[in-house]
Amino acid sequence: MKFAVLQFPGSNCDQDVVHVLRNVLGQQAQLLWHKESSVGNTDAVVIPGGFSYGDYLRTGAIARFSPVMKAVQNFAAEGGLVLGICNGFQILCEAGLLPGALIRNRSLQFRCEHVFLKTATKDSPFTCEIPQEKLLRLPIAHGEGCYFADEETLAKLKQGDQILWQYVDAQGGMTELANPNGSLNSIAGICNEARNVAGLMPHPERASEVILGCEDGRLIFESLFRAFDRQDHRQPEIAGSKPLPVEVAA
Amino acid sequence: MFLEAFFMKAKIIITPKKAVLDPQGKTVQNALEHMGYGGIGAVRVGKYLEVELTGNDKSSLHQQIDDACHKILSNPVIEDYRFEIE
Repeated sequence: MKFAVLQFPGSNCDQDVVHVLRNVLGQQAQLLWHKESSVGNTDAVVIPGGFSYGDYLRTGAIARFSPVMKAVQNFAAEGGLVLGICNGFQILCEAGLLPGALIRNRSLQFRCEHVFLKTATKDSPFTCEIPQEKLLRLPIAHGEGCYFADEETLAKLKQGDQILWQYVDAQGGMTELANPNGSLNSIAGICNEARNVAGLMPHPERASEVILGCEDGRLIFESLFRAFDRQDHRQPEIAGSKPLPVEVAA
Repeated sequence: MFLEAFFMKAKIIITPKKAVLDPQGKTVQNALEHMGYGGIGAVRVGKYLEVELTGNDKSSLHQQIDDACHKILSNPVIEDYRFEIE
């Protein structure tokens, strides 16, 4: 599978994502500078973490107007798979490709630690390979990861089964203490209505090798490979029709 | 007819929406109370921007700044904005 990994001034997880995709998971991955006006012949786009444009104005606010983001908008509109990690999630929200926004952590602290995630639905190209009861243990590192959306948007997210991951404790309990940033409904990651664009605050690319203490992040990338293999997400849609549902692996 | 260009300044104030949690404002409020200031209510922390402008058509500048506030300078999901040009 071919991946394009975006690179903005201030991105700092771009090389990690390329390393994991290429050297750990054996896929093709190339960096794509933010001034490019096309995503090229790629199967998926990853927007990595970091501090694009120094987080000036708001996180992701300036990166969202980079030329490459226009191409990502078109790629996503055609059903292309897009994953935003951390700052990538913030950029996708600013770009309107995902609903809601990420604001300052409730504690006002930058949180850098491992968290546990519950996968709320397997029905997405980003979660289809994650075993039902499996809690993912992934690192976070952010100061602005508190997910916010108005009530109407939040209701739509729930109704559309668009909440993909939620912060839980080691036993799977959704407690206030296990929520590292004050996100509404303990939301750690969501997808769009068409289910081909997703974002999450935790870093799967920092937890995809045994040497780093945890491999749970692989399950997210492996879900993408599986979904791409089935190719059901790229079938052309008839205008006005609903996107094809992604089958849940047996 | 020659129209003289004027130098103006847009003064933009961006604040978090009421429904959005503002932990920074809450912390400042607590500090003010701890310092003994009386009658302190909720504090909201926002941003203030000054944009220098050149032109001779104030209404088109007004429109441009409004567009910029909506598109990039604020995020309508979490923030409100207001501005004046002088």
